[in-house]
Amino acid sequence: MPATRNDAAAKMTLTLPSDREIVLTRVFDAPRRLIFEALTRPEHVKRWWGWRTSTFLVCEMDFRPGGSWRFVQRGPDGSEVAFRGVYREIVPPERIVNTFEFEGLPGHISVETLTLVERDGKTTLTSTSRFDSAEDRDGMLRSGMEKGAAETYDRLAEHVAAMAARGE
Amino acid sequence: MHEDRLNATFAALADPTRRAILARLALGEASVMELAKPFDMSLPAISKHLKVLERSRLIARGRQAQRRPCRLEAAPLRDAADWLERYRRFWEESFDRLDEYLHELKKKEKRHARHKK
Repeated sequence: MPATRNDAAAKMTLTLPSDREIVLTRVFDAPRRLIFEALTRPEHVKRWWGWRTSTFLVCEMDFRPGGSWRFVQRGPDGSEVAFRGVYREIVPPERIVNTFEFEGLPGHISVETLTLVERDGKTTLTSTSRFDSAEDRDGMLRSGMEKGAAETYDRLAEHVAAMAARGE
Repeated sequence: MHEDRLNATFAALADPTRRAILARLALGEASVMELAKPFDMSLPAISKHLKVLERSRLIARGRQAQRRPCRLEAAPLRDAADWLERYRRFWEESFDRLDEYLHELKKKEKRHARHKK
């Protein structure tokens, strides 16, 4: 499955280390001071955050603990998507904790912890997203679950094999 | 895509034993005994994992009282995989763009440094 491909071209890694967490890591050939700046100022963020085909309509960042942020983007089909959150913790130039919410699914708030570690001029960015707790929702889960097509079994096998290969 | 269902799927997938069980079931259905074989685990421990997988609808179990074979249910995994793939692609593209932008910033800094000299 492409989501877990592990070839050299895929510089970013995505892992699922525990319940409800997704971890992204990526090494950048730049000092972390510069990355921190690019991550935390709207004039920079507008240049890289999101799909290449999307344009920023709103990029508000009240970058201080307790301050909020809101991004609105327009996709190539004209549709608008909005995201928002609150900064919880800021330790320049190494750590940012903020909440993340897709306005299309209000109430489903994840917490993102981003860290920057510099070594020999290169910086490793690690972003951990922790999602809402998953309670047992038996009734809801049992309703209307369709049976999957056979080809998805192959993708599953690849997916799980790739996870196992990485020792997860 | 139902968020709650997605959460349940990810929670179920977060355990290596459960992923190994799913990998085995991707090859075809199996009984609890067969599933327990490769693991150094008691049958009750395996059964516990199967219950988590069953609750999150990743597997279904046959009705025959004795064997009750387990089989994979692909729909929740497909949804989780699709969601994860979109998420991965979004961030990979953003980080690629950030990488390019950082190169620009570095060049600018170098130019400024030269001007100061």
